Amino acid sequence: MNRSGRAQGASLLNREDTMHYSRLLASVALGAQLVTASPASLMAETPADTLVQAWSIDDIISLDPAEIFEFTASEIAGNTYETLIGYDPKDVTNIFGKVAESWTISEDGKTISFKIKEGRTFASGNPITAEDAVFSLVRAVKLDKSPAFILTQFGLNAENVDQMVVATGDYSFDFKMDQAYAPTLVLYCLTATVASVVDKKVVMEHEANGDFGYEWLKVNYAGSGPFTIRDWRANEVVVLERNENYAGDKPAMARAIYRHIPETATQRLLLEKGDIDIARNLAAEDIAALKDNPDIKLESGAKGSIYYLGLNQKNEYLSKPQVRQAMKHLVDYQTIADTIMAGKVMVHQAFLPEGFLGALNDNPFSLDVAKAKELLAEAGVPDGFTVTMDTRNTPEITAMGQAIQQTMAEAGVKLELIPGDGGQTLTKYRARNHDIYIGRWGPDYQDPHTNADTFARNPDNSDEAASKPLAWRNAWDIPEMTGKADAAMLEADPAKRAQMYVELQTESQQTSPFVIMFQEIEVSGMRKNVDGFIIGPSFNDNSFAHLTK
Amino acid sequence: MTTLTQNRGRRGALWLRRAVGLLATVAATFFGLLLVTFLIGRIVPVDPVLAVVGDRAPQSVYDKVFHELGLDRPLWEQFWMWLQKVATGDFGTSFLTKKPIVEDIRRVFPATLELATVSIIIGTLVGVPAGVWAAVRQGRWADQLVRVLGLVGYSAPIFWLGLLGLLIFYAKLGVVAGPGRIDIAYEYSFTPETGLYLWDTARQGAWDAFGNAFSHIILPASLLGYFSMAYISRMTRSFMLAELGQEYIVTARVKGVPEWRIVWVHALRNAAVPLVTVIALSYAGLLEGSVLTETVFAWPGLGQYLTNSLQNADMNAVLGGTLVIGAIFVGLNLLSDLLYSMLDARVRRGS
Repeated sequence: MNRSGRAQGASLLNREDTMHYSRLLASVALGAQLVTASPASLMAETPADTLVQAWSIDDIISLDPAEIFEFTASEIAGNTYETLIGYDPKDVTNIFGKVAESWTISEDGKTISFKIKEGRTFASGNPITAEDAVFSLVRAVKLDKSPAFILTQFGLNAENVDQMVVATGDYSFDFKMDQAYAPTLVLYCLTATVASVVDKKVVMEHEANGDFGYEWLKVNYAGSGPFTIRDWRANEVVVLERNENYAGDKPAMARAIYRHIPETATQRLLLEKGDIDIARNLAAEDIAALKDNPDIKLESGAKGSIYYLGLNQKNEYLSKPQVRQAMKHLVDYQTIADTIMAGKVMVHQAFLPEGFLGALNDNPFSLDVAKAKELLAEAGVPDGFTVTMDTRNTPEITAMGQAIQQTMAEAGVKLELIPGDGGQTLTKYRARNHDIYIGRWGPDYQDPHTNADTFARNPDNSDEAASKPLAWRNAWDIPEMTGKADAAMLEADPAKRAQMYVELQTESQQTSPFVIMFQEIEVSGMRKNVDGFIIGPSFNDNSFAHLTK
Repeated sequence: MTTLTQNRGRRGALWLRRAVGLLATVAATFFGLLLVTFLIGRIVPVDPVLAVVGDRAPQSVYDKVFHELGLDRPLWEQFWMWLQKVATGDFGTSFLTKKPIVEDIRRVFPATLELATVSIIIGTLVGVPAGVWAAVRQGRWADQLVRVLGLVGYSAPIFWLGLLGLLIFYAKLGVVAGPGRIDIAYEYSFTPETGLYLWDTARQGAWDAFGNAFSHIILPASLLGYFSMAYISRMTRSFMLAELGQEYIVTARVKGVPEWRIVWVHALRNAAVPLVTVIALSYAGLLEGSVLTETVFAWPGLGQYLTNSLQNADMNAVLGGTLVIGAIFVGLNLLSDLLYSMLDARVRRGS
């Protein structure tokens, strides 16, 4: 589950664009390494109590948990703030309290009463109380930044939130909603970064013009996690320091530093040299080259992002059901996963990523040109047709696009790739001006509704619609399926709810204009001595609180 | 007496007219620059709201920001509003870093300035003698060598050379430090007053940190220096060849002036005049920030900042950055004009 809002919208794409210049020549340069013998040169080392990671951190635009929605910032928040509740990254059905001690759900299912753990403090030394928890949620709703909808979807808004989230004691508060939503949905949403508990006293000391300290907090820190944020210099460095007041086990590292290294080959060199402990953005060829290095180990974990093709239903060919079906048989899934992406994705063909409640792990489609031709003939286009695909000009997306172009041509479907910068292709996609869009989608929170909401709901397919989910972007009008997705949102029984999502995915897998292809796997290269780095399903689950080296 | 005052008055008026003319040119240049950048920024098919709110924001948040950015107003009004702000020194805030543009540029520009300055020093110190040498040995192996080196420097992609340089000098030989401006261990051992690390560390006597910063800058600066050297040596060579073919050189030789004096004093002195412009423009080019070098060497400079901003349609940042680059070009052009008149007796007398 990636808080990939803006990351996907903007910066992340560009990070990949920058790398794109150098891809080919970088491999040539590094190929030269094989030729030259490697004398053991003096070894640079990072300080023993400092973790140094190389990562593209240009997606950070704010450090305020009420606004954070990007990969990097989510991870930083996950290690520096505490949410009310959390889940076990290995088994997401195991939900437990972090700041909260326990919770009870009212008879009518519209109120959750939380108890806060007593005797714990923020990094500032202030005690963590119900007042802080209430303030944090109210603040996020009132600030109304991009991730606020994760909370406001339960019927909260700036006007009513003071009545909906109320302290009932020093260490207890009520969270009220407008409907009896599935408890799993509400709880998962409260594990999101936007529900982090901030230090009310510290934040309000920096309030200006009724901004709830937003101007200050977006570049500062007021939390209670294992680390504190000492310094953020955009596109340069983020420095975290051990929180001496942390209530849990104190981290072994006194400092954790992110260095902004945009170029993947550079990250690899730094890692090989020992100037960093962990390289976070490695390209397929870097991973291949590091596999045999005795000083380096590779660790990976499945992430929530999904790669898919969106087929615009405004296109006369793509709107035919058999054509949609044929397209799903014209992608060589396994080959792309094994070669182009080399271990950074796995084949996955349903809209809920593996690891989510109710995820469907069937992969019914594989490259089958004969079958696709049959379907095209049924649809009345036996000789195929010509369509365009807007393709982000990053090396990986471009390579995928070219592979798909080839296999589609085998059935007579002429795919013209229109390369474009990330912002460009996305702007076009959002306006429904594409034929086919090759995209990547990360869930906003750990609950299945986040993806169902966008892949299987389209309340209003008109051009003026208020909400514009992915189904809308591809002009897929699905009143019935929207109803089913809404029902799943309210189902209280987790097992029944999971079953509803499986059904939704099974249906959508066959009929939808989405050719869902892969689920992302995050791969990090680290020095052999690094131990205990946790790669979770979402970036705020990535943890180095118990890392040693 | 009267003639003298009159003369002085006339000369004063002349200066005033020239100064006003210059100012008008500069103002027109800036206005054109801003207008074109502004229009390009609006024509680019990238939605600037996306950079602010992201792909997932609900429509209400999107609309709010759309309005806040003034995108619902006519284009000329947006431009006018922006110009008014700029006139008061307010360049707005970057969508991406959430900081005032002025503050951002103050942070990224020193990194580029330091790199460019070291590079141009290397480029000039090597390039000018190399060019002179090549001109004197025209057609012989020394000339060919300089020309081939220049050609390679001019045509090899810099990030490729950059990665290769890192591989050899950093990863294999370990003689220079890796990407970045300074090691973390030294990061907090001095106060970055100007942001020019070499200067700051030297002034504060933090010589360990100075050494570390130096070992970080030397590789990227040498590479960029090599590039400017390629250009400078080629230009020096052709200027020198032109001068060495002049009659005054023959005269000097006939008079028995020693050859080194003819080359280094007589010819170079005259070749230096157009060379100043070449060096100034190379310097200006480096100050724009070399995007690829900054990317490969993880150098947090202007080039990276501007590219990132442009790709995200962060127009305040792009316009602010453009203005800085424009100012650098105009400034260095003026400076080279000034040096021109100091070095060239004819220009001096003409004025």
